[in-house]
Amino acid sequence: MSSGIRFDSVSVAYGKNVVLDGLDLTVEPGEVMALLGPSGSGKTTALRAVAGFVRPASGRVFIGDRDVTSLPPHRRGIGMVVQQYALFPHMRVEENVAFGLKAQKVARAEIPGRVADALSMTGMAAYAKRFPRELSGGQQQRVAIARALAIRPGVLLLDEPLSALDAQLRSGMLAELARLHRELPDVSILYVTHDQVEALTLADRIAVMDRARLQDCGTPQELYRRPRNEFTASFVGNANLLPVSVGVGSVSLGGAEVKVDTGEVAAGVSATLCVRPHLVGLGPGPNALAGTVTEVQWRGATHRLYVDVDGQSVKADLRELRKPPSLGEEVTVHFAPEDAVLLSAGVTHD
Amino acid sequence: MGVGVAARRPPRARLSVPLALVVQQSVQPDTGGTSLQPYSDVFASESFREALGTTVWLAVGATVGCLVLGFALALVIAFVPFPGGKAVAKFIDVFLSFPSFLITLALLFIYGTKGMANGMWTGATGAGGDGPFQFLTTPWGVLLAEITYFTPFVMRPLLAAFSQIDTAQLEVASSLGARPLRVVRKVILPEALPALAAGGSLVLVMCLNEFGIVLFTGAKDVTTLPMLVYSKAMLESDYPAACVVAVVNIAISVGLYGLYRVVSRRAGA
Repeated sequence: MSSGIRFDSVSVAYGKNVVLDGLDLTVEPGEVMALLGPSGSGKTTALRAVAGFVRPASGRVFIGDRDVTSLPPHRRGIGMVVQQYALFPHMRVEENVAFGLKAQKVARAEIPGRVADALSMTGMAAYAKRFPRELSGGQQQRVAIARALAIRPGVLLLDEPLSALDAQLRSGMLAELARLHRELPDVSILYVTHDQVEALTLADRIAVMDRARLQDCGTPQELYRRPRNEFTASFVGNANLLPVSVGVGSVSLGGAEVKVDTGEVAAGVSATLCVRPHLVGLGPGPNALAGTVTEVQWRGATHRLYVDVDGQSVKADLRELRKPPSLGEEVTVHFAPEDAVLLSAGVTHD
Repeated sequence: MGVGVAARRPPRARLSVPLALVVQQSVQPDTGGTSLQPYSDVFASESFREALGTTVWLAVGATVGCLVLGFALALVIAFVPFPGGKAVAKFIDVFLSFPSFLITLALLFIYGTKGMANGMWTGATGAGGDGPFQFLTTPWGVLLAEITYFTPFVMRPLLAAFSQIDTAQLEVASSLGARPLRVVRKVILPEALPALAAGGSLVLVMCLNEFGIVLFTGAKDVTTLPMLVYSKAMLESDYPAACVVAVVNIAISVGLYGLYRVVSRRAGA
């Protein structure tokens, strides 16, 4: 069963508080769409609208061609995995995984095989007889994923599935999820997260949400290299956001003139220059800026410098320096014109 | 009555003195000396066996009724959001502090021979005599009163247990295709079993000892063990027999109370 998800102007409100404002978004069949945003951005509400736990105040939700807006959750055929696993504590692992199959009245003879398949797919076959309390967090999450996959859903909803795991487990599970998706290429996945690394790693496309609205949507590369607004630039990866003024054919940052592609930004307006810290170099080069070092952080593989340029703090992530500059030292930093993006102030994606 | 109340209080010193006196009296027949004659007399009597039977079936019936009703009401309060739901949950705590006869009195006002229901009936039909609602003085009336009064005692631990259930479990269950009834049966009920057992055994013990409700319904034919103690001691002045019945009643209650403690400790209530 292959079925995408479509939000058609979906709004959700609790009283006067609008928590999701006119969301238009399509998740193609077999696509992994990450809903990325800070807490309170409406991303979880959007997921809950697909699952049927919140009722949109207006708009329609489609799964495949089916309008599910007024269907109860149990008739939507969705696999769901939540942050705290939500395994049924009184059931063994195999009973947890069989739950959805029994609820959907799958033939009795078929159930053990499907349970075994789902458990082996998540590497939990050896734990079928255990109770959830006898498993670690990572194992519990694997069981939760097996439980969701056992019903062979067309749509899989993942609500911050890795947030409860520690960093090391998280990167392992991330690879695991990517593998599962390769094995199940027809399943559409809506992946809610506030973690940009998870979104960048796993998603085919990322929908960036903030303050109940969709801010931007595109492939991870597009959003990272060519963010369309300041929010996306700062939320997807780190960014230097420097106020500049745009003249005819020229852009000036403080006193210095810099060369960047002005794109659609009109002359005479103030704009923001976005440069990723790891694309800022130390020493002379194109678009060189003179400044004073205000902070040096050693991060193992890299040094993070904070350089004050005409009152603006510029961050630079440099491969570990043999001789890092000292505080107060005058330095020059630079960036290539093609590595910078000019964002006109106040432009948001609608 | 005094014995029944003492049995519900755990401090040992307070419990043991009257208890010892009751046991002592139960083996001292009026004819003098010490013997188990009062026991064999009481056990052989029809009235005792009938009272024991009535007590047990009323207590078991009331407990089952309380469990079913309490589970349903607690489900609604815990999982179905409705305006005033919090206030209802608070009221249950207040309800627990009411004396049992108050509930019985309220039922008498509504369903009693001269109660509102019968009054409305005779007023509406113009028929003379008593109205059609005469069940309050039957065992069913006692059962109704006990269920009404004791249901909150089941709801209290249930609401505590329900508040521990992660609502995400219920959501995941329904997203997997489970209808609400299946979610209740397969997810909520198993997790509430310890609380049901704890609440149920508490109610069972309290029903076995219940005196006020039986007295206030005015059900003359409903004789339970506490009523038998009362009539033996106060009406027949047969103290040894009263004490024998009391000892049996205490033995059953204390045994069940012990069971309740074990169960409730396991439930963490």
